[in-house]
Amino acid sequence: MSKPKAMKEDSFNELSPGASLALTIGIGILAVIFLCPILIVFMNSFKSKLFISNEPFALPGGEKFVGIENYIGGIQKTGFISAFGYSLFITLCSVAVIILCTSMTAWFITRVKNKFNSILYFVFVFAMIVPFQMVMFTMSKIANMIHLDNPVGIIVLYLGFGAGQAVFMFCGFVKAIPMEIEEAAMIDGCNPLQTFFRVVFPMLKPTVITIAILQAMWIWNDYLLPYLVIGSDYKTIPIAVQYLRGGYGSVDMGAMMAMLVLAILPIIIFYLICQKHIIRGVAAGAVKG
Amino acid sequence: MQKTLKKYFPIFVLPTLIAFAISFLIPFIMGIYLSFCKFTTVTNAQFVGFSNYAKIFTNSDFTDALWFTVKFTVVSVVTVNVFAFLLALALTKSIKGTNIFRTVFFMPNLIGGIVLGYIWQLIINAVLLNAGVTIVSDAKYGFWGLVILMNWQLIGYMMVIYIAGIQNISPDIIEAARIDGANKFQILGKITIPLVMPSVTICLFLTLTNSFKLFDQNLALTAGNPGKQTRMLALDIYQTFYGRVGWAGVGQAKAVIFFIMVAVVALVQLYFTRSKEVEN
Repeated sequence: MSKPKAMKEDSFNELSPGASLALTIGIGILAVIFLCPILIVFMNSFKSKLFISNEPFALPGGEKFVGIENYIGGIQKTGFISAFGYSLFITLCSVAVIILCTSMTAWFITRVKNKFNSILYFVFVFAMIVPFQMVMFTMSKIANMIHLDNPVGIIVLYLGFGAGQAVFMFCGFVKAIPMEIEEAAMIDGCNPLQTFFRVVFPMLKPTVITIAILQAMWIWNDYLLPYLVIGSDYKTIPIAVQYLRGGYGSVDMGAMMAMLVLAILPIIIFYLICQKHIIRGVAAGAVKG
Repeated sequence: MQKTLKKYFPIFVLPTLIAFAISFLIPFIMGIYLSFCKFTTVTNAQFVGFSNYAKIFTNSDFTDALWFTVKFTVVSVVTVNVFAFLLALALTKSIKGTNIFRTVFFMPNLIGGIVLGYIWQLIINAVLLNAGVTIVSDAKYGFWGLVILMNWQLIGYMMVIYIAGIQNISPDIIEAARIDGANKFQILGKITIPLVMPSVTICLFLTLTNSFKLFDQNLALTAGNPGKQTRMLALDIYQTFYGRVGWAGVGQAKAVIFFIMVAVVALVQLYFTRSKEVEN
């Protein structure tokens, strides 16, 4: 997609050294402004809660500095450690289950052509456009009735909700794979399961990465679904953050700042480790979704 | 191959299908039915016809939320796309550090809505401190706060899509235009912009649906305050469901209308992308 070499020859994109420097500085300043909100939250997380609302831009020096007191308080108040555990468990398991089940489904409904499968494909695509509010009440009641209201049960719900987009994207990719390879594998004595896992699934790898990233970002950050289904017993990170706001009382701003930093930190680390995949995956997801 | 494969339906399709039925299909169909019922849980529903739909308009909550949502959506779609496109243009010039800039601008997109809302609540309250007010003092602060938040979250995302679109343009076309005597603005207006139109369509609809369906950010930033003045549709539906006893049916009816509006937008999008594909 990107052609750095071609761009060098492209004189339209060449700027004079002065203009190039000015543009770089301008965008540099903009980038710093972009990072400011996160830096300000980070700074305030080390300040006494008394000063956060009154002097939000002051540096955490002298009497304002409280070290990691906010972090300790916030972690205790929200049960952040277990929230982190629940978020991680639910996200990892759901993504794994979604990838496994939907890739199999997508391959099957692309290869076996009949009316039922075309209708199924249409319904999966249809599900992508339905807003969550449409099903939130009935879905949470059903989840309650059949005891899916726990960190394991919610994986089933995420499989159902993620299925629309994942099946749609996998189908798009499976259609591009030549059938001859699979037929050859079958003739050589593979059963459909072996054919799928030894031949088809390895070829799906780029799509798997894209879908895994899209689903992981959505599930990790999801608030309303876990709040309605398991929120009273098991808090994920977004629920823990929202929980600090509480009812109508005043909010412990110190703990809030610390929790925001702790909520952002894993995402930034994850992002910096595999940003290439993330940016490419999200862009690909947008084009296909 | 088809025949052997067919027997494997229970292994390949059934797990996904069951989960899909539990979390989407059955709740969706029940949701439509319940919008015509009076109920507190799903088991004690009584059919009441269209009265839930009529009740929506007995107060102005829904229309207020709709109007707020539409205003917000229009403003954020325009601002996000203009800024994202300008940034993409700048970052496809030969300047240093484009990768670092791209990384920075994209990052807010990964942060969840609730966390985003509280980050911006702090920043906006900090700025408003000088005027002695907070974000919930006046609906206009909440409105522009949401617009700024949305820009911060989505600019980097849209920028990435625009960059891909711009880099797909063959340098030969631009070179040809230059030889024919086109200046930079003519190249931008007559070549770059028309050729990135597919990206523009994608970005417009992405920002449109994201803004229209916004919930988490709205809840965390202002929770609809002051009064109900900064409530968007999704939050209004949520609060009708869980905030007022006996109004769950009305909430469900609002959700059906909300769904129809989103579906219309999606159909329009489908139409646009399809007609583009034919052209190509």
